[in-house]
Amino acid sequence: MFTLGGGYAMIPIIDREVVKKRSWLEQEEFMDILAIAQSAPGLLIVNISIFAGYRLRGKRGSVAATIGSCLPSFLIILAIALFFVGFKENIYVDKFFKGVRPVVVALIAVPVIDMIKKSNLNIFRALIAVATAAAIIWLKLSPIYILLTGAVLFFLSRWAGGLKREKGRSEKSDKQVDS
Amino acid sequence: MVFFELFYTFLIIGLFTFGGGYAMLSLIQNQIVVEKGWITAQQFTDIVAISQATPGPVGINSATYVGYMVPHNMGYSELSCIAGSVCATIAVVIPSFIIVLTICRLYNKFKNSGLFTSLMKNLRPVVIGMIAAAAGILITPENFFHYSSWLLLTGAFISCYFFKTNPIWVIVAGGVIGLLIY
Repeated sequence: MFTLGGGYAMIPIIDREVVKKRSWLEQEEFMDILAIAQSAPGLLIVNISIFAGYRLRGKRGSVAATIGSCLPSFLIILAIALFFVGFKENIYVDKFFKGVRPVVVALIAVPVIDMIKKSNLNIFRALIAVATAAAIIWLKLSPIYILLTGAVLFFLSRWAGGLKREKGRSEKSDKQVDS
Repeated sequence: MVFFELFYTFLIIGLFTFGGGYAMLSLIQNQIVVEKGWITAQQFTDIVAISQATPGPVGINSATYVGYMVPHNMGYSELSCIAGSVCATIAVVIPSFIIVLTICRLYNKFKNSGLFTSLMKNLRPVVIGMIAAAAGILITPENFFHYSSWLLLTGAFISCYFFKTNPIWVIVAGGVIGLLIY
């Protein structure tokens, strides 16, 4: 409910409420949940809620926690949507949003730069990022296909690497047999 | 049936959200604005602004709002719009739900494999490109109809990036400037 600024802003709040105040989870358990929530698709907070709810009360707990984490947003947005529908043609609302729209571009660009700084890209990875952006903007390619291609390539390289490793291992054992 | 399609589309969006709320924005933009043409680029921009200025995760906020706007644009009643927002919100969390619960079950196996963490790390550049594209696509002639729009963009960027201003205040400031000068 009191999350402004997206997923990462919520982590200390969940930590304080769930771990420190109510001691529903151990600190270490929370760190584990965090690691898994970050590697599953979806929104971080929702993933944490699902996992934490499951740990505490099983399936029902995870349903309850998920609803709890989405319901306030849902209700607030619904109220705003209903409110703005009445003001669609309002000249002041129009002027307000004319000023807001360019700001939105900046608000999305800032996390991009933060992510670039955090993930210290090499030239190859930076090229992938640039190619992805170009393909989406100019070729109108869906990000879904790019993600799928990336995931397939990842598993292929993992599989190829696994084969190589196994081959290496069997060669090694052959040598051991020889000696 | 619009609700069915809305549900399915948001299911796909939820499934492919690797990398948080902003990655989800990029997918919503691609699926709903570019591919289906259900809402205009300008409406999407406004929805993103409101989602960022409202408490709660940006991804859920925008899914709910888009779910409301799609039936609205098609001329459905208010009740249908609410049903649309329920559809979108539920659909967007279902994939997470199934995947996270599966991981919970196989917790001990996943704990040591690190396969998914490694996949995420490797997809990072794609996610960065996706979000950068989402920002780029919003630079439309309608959103940037006047040179002052570029000044607003620059000002917002500087205050967010260098001074770490809370996004809500940047949005409110942009809106107030808009009220004064347009």
